[in-house]
Amino acid sequence: MSSRGPRLLEWQLGAVAELVQETPRVASLVLDVPEWQGHLAGQHVDVRLTADDGYQAERSYSIASAPEDPRLAITVERLDDGEVSPYLVGEVRKGDKIELRGPIGGYFVWRGGDDRPLLLVAGGSGVVPLMAMIRHRSAIKSMTPTRLLYSSRSEDDIIYRAELDALSAAGDGLTVAHCLTRMQPPGWRGYARRIDRAMLEEVGWPKPQNPIMFVCGPTPMVEAVAGHLVDMGFDAPSIKTERFGPTGG
Amino acid sequence: MTVQQSDLKLDGNAIGGLLREIFTMEMTTAESTCAGCLKVHAVGQVEVYMHAPGVVVRCPACGQVQMRIVKGGGRYWLDLTGIRSLEFSA
Amino acid sequence: MSFISRGFRGKRRDSASSSRLPPGQYVVNDFPVLSAGPTPRVALAEWTFVVEGEIDEPKKWTWEDFRKLPAEEVTKDIHCVTKWTKLDTAWKGVSVDTILEGVETAAEFAMAFSYGGYTTNLPLEDVSGGKAWVAYEFDGQPLHPEHGGPARLLVPHLYFWKSAKWVRGLRLINKDEPGFWESNGYNMYGDPWREQRYWGD
Repeated sequence: MSSRGPRLLEWQLGAVAELVQETPRVASLVLDVPEWQGHLAGQHVDVRLTADDGYQAERSYSIASAPEDPRLAITVERLDDGEVSPYLVGEVRKGDKIELRGPIGGYFVWRGGDDRPLLLVAGGSGVVPLMAMIRHRSAIKSMTPTRLLYSSRSEDDIIYRAELDALSAAGDGLTVAHCLTRMQPPGWRGYARRIDRAMLEEVGWPKPQNPIMFVCGPTPMVEAVAGHLVDMGFDAPSIKTERFGPTGG
Repeated sequence: MTVQQSDLKLDGNAIGGLLREIFTMEMTTAESTCAGCLKVHAVGQVEVYMHAPGVVVRCPACGQVQMRIVKGGGRYWLDLTGIRSLEFSA
Repeated sequence: MSFISRGFRGKRRDSASSSRLPPGQYVVNDFPVLSAGPTPRVALAEWTFVVEGEIDEPKKWTWEDFRKLPAEEVTKDIHCVTKWTKLDTAWKGVSVDTILEGVETAAEFAMAFSYGGYTTNLPLEDVSGGKAWVAYEFDGQPLHPEHGGPARLLVPHLYFWKSAKWVRGLRLINKDEPGFWESNGYNMYGDPWREQRYWGD
């Protein structure tokens, strides 16, 4: 698929077909977008909301669905003092239309079809574009060795938990390591601290395996992780980052 | 809630849509050579400050302003003087 | 007319017409943080403020000297070009009239410049006559770095991009020259009451 796409990126309307509550604060909106041209795992859409006095607010949301899925899904974390997220997670109902444009992005994408092992590092809602990659990997029946290191505040905040458990039990080369940074349930055997270099050395691929790495989440987390990966000797073109600003974690 | 300035910093992915309006093609994979320090970075990796009267793009290595983009009143203003060269595929 | 999103209201804003609201603005209750770059971290021991350029004797203050200057408390409405207006904001700072006291110059314009490299241009008469301050307190507290501390320029009668954060001096110039935003689309003057946002407005 060429990165060029249609000449103009137009605003389109998607209709909400389904709402899926993923965690207490996170929901996925599954949309029917009649003029959707397809996308690559890792890309995002810009969503634009317009109030009846003409006031507009625009935000970007990573596409959660695989390119192979029949409908387009975005996953949104509701921020208490947010302007757009409390509308998308809370007000929007099935049948409502959302204005969006996309797909956008070419740098933070994973197409599959190469043999480099994959390291995916997610902080909070940063897991969304990485989940699109994982879903795409399943859809194309890829055996690419893939490791997801996923940091959440608490067990209740883990998005796509059941699906990740199922996919990682399938035995096709996907492993998932969770870290819970604020609260851990009794008997928790996963990581219980912020992602640090030691954790990346345990979970990540050794340098000779030439992994490709995607890091996504709040800006400070992405920068810390990217910094560790560089210190570990990985080269910059192998480390792709997407910063989500002050949210999540 | 105090928003830390560091948290407001995003990267070129955040302006993918805006760049697509201006360049008519996907630009986050374009390689930009900083006019200041001459280091090369994918546009997806440059520092982006969007919470401003316009968008300011800075070199992740030296912090120099690479691009300024203002959109308003039915017009765009684009300053690329901080970029020595922008390379992207045909 | 664009598509309207059912039930979307957006952040609390009041666009009801009022003599205090310039055209195209709406009132907000929070204080949005806007920035063109990383927050400069300036140690007070190193902070200085200068007046230089078309002036016989440049002036310079350290933080200690600056804080000894007579200060005023003012309450003003502020208007950002991104359309939000905040009413009754409370500041404390030194009037630019005090800073320019005794300055002999034929210059008619000034370029305010800041730590971090930001600049903005203003006519000298718009920073004098009780219209401008170098403010170091907001709402009774030392000005937070996110909002321009240790000190910022405060010129409430113009769009707020002219109220340079992290200000460190004024350069007096004979001819008006565009600053950081004025050289890339924003209006040289920026009067919110005439909605002078962009070039040509």
